[in-house]
Amino acid sequence: MGGHLRGRLVKDLAFKGIVCLFAFLSLLPLFLILYYITKNGIAVIDWDFLFHLPRPIGETGGGVANAIVGTLMLIVLSSVISIPCGITAGIYLSENKEGKLSNTIRLSVIVLQGTPSIVIGIIAYLWIVAPLKTFSALSGGVALSIMMLPVIVKTTEETLKLIPYHLKEASLALGVPYYKTILKVILPSGLSGILTGILLSVARITGETAPLLFTAFGNQFMNINIFKPIDSLPYRIFYYAMSPYPEWHSFAWGASFILVVLTLALNLIARGISAKWKTRF
Amino acid sequence: MENTVLKIDSFSAYFGDNKILKEVDLTVPRNVVAALMGPSGCGKTTLIRCVNRMHELIPGATVSGKMTLIDEDIYAMQPIVLRRKVGMVFQKPNPFPTMSIYENVIAGYKLNGIRVAKSELDSIVERSLRRSALWDEVKDTLHRKGTFLSGGQQQRLCIARALAMNPEILLLDEPTSALDPKSTSQIEELFVELKRNVTMLLVTHNIAQAARVSDLTAFIYLGELVEFGPTEKMFTVPKDKRTEEYLTGKFG
Repeated sequence: MGGHLRGRLVKDLAFKGIVCLFAFLSLLPLFLILYYITKNGIAVIDWDFLFHLPRPIGETGGGVANAIVGTLMLIVLSSVISIPCGITAGIYLSENKEGKLSNTIRLSVIVLQGTPSIVIGIIAYLWIVAPLKTFSALSGGVALSIMMLPVIVKTTEETLKLIPYHLKEASLALGVPYYKTILKVILPSGLSGILTGILLSVARITGETAPLLFTAFGNQFMNINIFKPIDSLPYRIFYYAMSPYPEWHSFAWGASFILVVLTLALNLIARGISAKWKTRF
Repeated sequence: MENTVLKIDSFSAYFGDNKILKEVDLTVPRNVVAALMGPSGCGKTTLIRCVNRMHELIPGATVSGKMTLIDEDIYAMQPIVLRRKVGMVFQKPNPFPTMSIYENVIAGYKLNGIRVAKSELDSIVERSLRRSALWDEVKDTLHRKGTFLSGGQQQRLCIARALAMNPEILLLDEPTSALDPKSTSQIEELFVELKRNVTMLLVTHNIAQAARVSDLTAFIYLGELVEFGPTEKMFTVPKDKRTEEYLTGKFG
């Protein structure tokens, strides 16, 4: 009997050990990424890197100001397109739980979420780049907005579904019209969840490269015209990392560092908002 | 009758083919508390939800018959106009979580976009909170969120929100069923106080509550209005055998 018990205890211990080991292993990649990017990237970051334009081959120095501005512009453009569409679709889904249209939207959202980003880039090329006959910030924004859409629709729907029905009744019973009930009672009550969804979707698209390759395209120069090609951090990383020059390689690390910090910050802010602004019912 | 606030004539309500209320006739005079009691599922909540037309929000819900508020046919009015004249307090306290106590009281004005001067709003808030016996407890914290109040206070806040619109009638849908005994008795006292200027229709599954606060009582059973009359009379000499059985606890 004693032997049996001993065997079981050893197995128990071994199991716990294995679980801990694999949990640790799954964390390892993230920490390694952060470690390498910080180690190689942080040394490059200085005033010039953040506020100057890239220099031609052969000249040293220069920075990625155009890529930073470009990425921010792409975020704004794609947000302007996807936030209104996504939130309204989310409202529709939470208000119409059953029905053919709702089920179709839900299925489309799932499919869209699984669509490879390069395919979305091709679609944006066909829709915007081909008719306008030029690569443009706008086409990049459209491609990224399509990628943001599923996250926003889903988080909006899930957030609004959690809002108690009796709040809606309270508003309707005061004689408040349906649209005002949605806009002034239901949406504000779900604000923190919706904002969280938006930030997570922005974090998701900030590092996207594939859909930008033949839409926003990239640009050596500063550009703020949405109908002209525009640079972006992921594109700049791609471009620099592919080059044969060691200085450009270190620039790629620097740009990666900015991108990772940006994404990390967005995620942390999203967590903070969902914890702090949470509506008490 | 000039003194009649609510008149219900041969009124029926359905969910699909299911008849929930069967030809109910009921007349509620001004400034009384009229209680609707009956076992769960008898249709009493459906009846008051027909008065402010919340019943029809449920898919498949239909009605027939007539309801009149003062002189107006309820089912000929626009629901949003009707609901401003008919206040409602729900089972569970439901103050708006994003609004302060102050904003909750005037929510009916704010959400409907009714423009009122700031000084007028202040006096509406004070008057309504005094009427719902909450003023003394919250007068220093008017700008805190309403959801920080206790359950009983939240319910009185909801009553203030309904009273702020000066409704012709106040519908109370088991307003104390989610509250503790102390808050319940505070709110019952409040109803007795309020009926000097407000007409109330109170749904309750609590026989004792109907006895304590109402002037008139209706007993509803299986969608049928079995008996309606002065509370005292019904509790002492019920006309119908079913009322007597319900009151003595034989069913329900």
